[in-house]
Amino acid sequence: MSHQLEVAGLNLSFGGLRALVDVNLHVDAGELVAVIGPNGAGKTSLINCINGFYRPQAGTITFEGYNITRQPPHVIAGRGIARAFQNVELFRGMTVLENLTLARHLHLRYGVAHALAYYGRAQAEEAANRRFVEEILDFMELEPYRHKVVGTLAYGIQKRVEMARALCLEPKLLLLDEPMAGMTVAEKEDMARFIMDVNEERGTSIILIEHDLHVVMDLSSRVYVLNFGQVIASGRPAEVARDPRVIEAYLGDEAGVAS
Amino acid sequence: MQFSACGNYKTRYVDEATIFPNDTGRVLVAVLLLFLATLPLWLSPYLVFVFTLIGIFIVGAVGLNILTGSTGQISLGHSAFMGLGAYATGLLAQAGLPFWLAIPVAGAVAAAAGAFFGIPSLRVKGLYLALATLAAQVILQFAFNLFDSRGGGTSYLSVPQATLGGLVLDRERLFYYVVLVTAVLAVFAALNLFRTRIGRAFTAIRDNDRAAAAMGINVFAYKLLSFSISAFYAGVAGALWAYASGVVSAERFTLLLSVEYLAMIIVGGLGSVLGSILGATVITVLPEGLRVAADYMSQVLPQATHLFLAMRFAVFGLIIVGFLMLEPQGLADRWRVIKTYFNTWPFRY
Repeated sequence: MSHQLEVAGLNLSFGGLRALVDVNLHVDAGELVAVIGPNGAGKTSLINCINGFYRPQAGTITFEGYNITRQPPHVIAGRGIARAFQNVELFRGMTVLENLTLARHLHLRYGVAHALAYYGRAQAEEAANRRFVEEILDFMELEPYRHKVVGTLAYGIQKRVEMARALCLEPKLLLLDEPMAGMTVAEKEDMARFIMDVNEERGTSIILIEHDLHVVMDLSSRVYVLNFGQVIASGRPAEVARDPRVIEAYLGDEAGVAS
Repeated sequence: MQFSACGNYKTRYVDEATIFPNDTGRVLVAVLLLFLATLPLWLSPYLVFVFTLIGIFIVGAVGLNILTGSTGQISLGHSAFMGLGAYATGLLAQAGLPFWLAIPVAGAVAAAAGAFFGIPSLRVKGLYLALATLAAQVILQFAFNLFDSRGGGTSYLSVPQATLGGLVLDRERLFYYVVLVTAVLAVFAALNLFRTRIGRAFTAIRDNDRAAAAMGINVFAYKLLSFSISAFYAGVAGALWAYASGVVSAERFTLLLSVEYLAMIIVGGLGSVLGSILGATVITVLPEGLRVAADYMSQVLPQATHLFLAMRFAVFGLIIVGFLMLEPQGLADRWRVIKTYFNTWPFRY
């Protein structure tokens, strides 16, 4: 069986800095895969390549049989890949509801003429669309904040809105870039539950970037470890945690300490 | 009919997407429109012309606000697009096209030019884009001047009066109704735009174009769409202006008018349709008001007319600076604050 997402021989460099070196990675439909690694290992660069923000110099990214390498972000979003950003990148001046409705852009089809007249098709589609957005609001437990302007909300809530917005695209593959960074333990537990629910109830495949190893061990079925742009280990969470190269990357070289 | 709801009692999603949240707004707007329709019956032709001008600049300002206020792309070429619409109308009207056809065609011509001059927005943002649109202003203004001096000397383009089935829509009274209807249509189209996917895409590009792209919005295509919709409004405003003034010349469509347009949306409120209306009204009435004041003053102080005319630009500048410092959200926000205050008035909960 071919994989849903297949990244093969991916190379990305900025001037002399090699951000990604021959990265190979795959995700099967319905799988929850984690990518871990020290700061600056190239995790976010990898996501940016898959999502179309960066144009890798070499390598291919295939999603459901389509070659999406170096395609513009909006085309890749149209293929069914959504992402949430590490540093919350919401539309701060809009309300939660407007943020989520905006993400439904691809699922609304009426054109300019209908929009200007706001009659018939546009009105009907907007109402049906609102119903879907309310489902996501309900799913992510964001109902109390529906009409609040995003910029005024607490950080933890903004992270949740960020994920809800990605879900509004009805993605087949969801890229989550450190969805729990800077959260309290309680908020992290909530977020972990949301991620599991998305994966299990909606059957969405997920690539999760996360620093908290407990979360990664509990949630993911497979783990990739990046260090200096290279995949140094991959496999089931328990195996990866015992891998000497991974321990070295996280804790340092024992020989180096000794000498 | 309720005066104003103090909570959200909507039961259908369609109700939440209406332009007016309650009947009060609908009735007030209907009364206002009826009142505006009676103006030519009892106002002097001069004042009717002032209202015609206000209507024209409302159309233009709503257009600029779509581009600059809502999509976040600064344009210094708005008056050039208006000029293009005016020139197109002049030529079309001389060729015998009826006004109801010439106006939208002039808008379409301006929209095409707008999309063309919007191409730099693919690469440049902010101040740099403002300079790129300044190029549009300079190039088009140069073309207007060339056109005016065709065959040597200066010959302005004269525009025949608009007619509707044999009835002459004279500049003093009846053409006012054409402007009124166009302005109302333009305002409602803009209000509609901002409750649909297209308007939301514009706002998303303004707030965060990276995230907008990740949400599946073709950022460049929507920037161009915003440029062309905005230029279409400017073109229509120019077409109306051509009919209303009867003569088209390059002098009217200078950089100063582009700056005045920016002043309108800053004074009114960026990204707000209501703000465009208020701003266009204030900036159009201001010079007329100053002139009336000067006339009165000249009875006491013979020099006043002179002084006031010289002060026009100073007052204009002061108003912009004042708004930027004291009310950066514009008149529309002040109106919102007043409305919120009266939502629960006279109770304090």
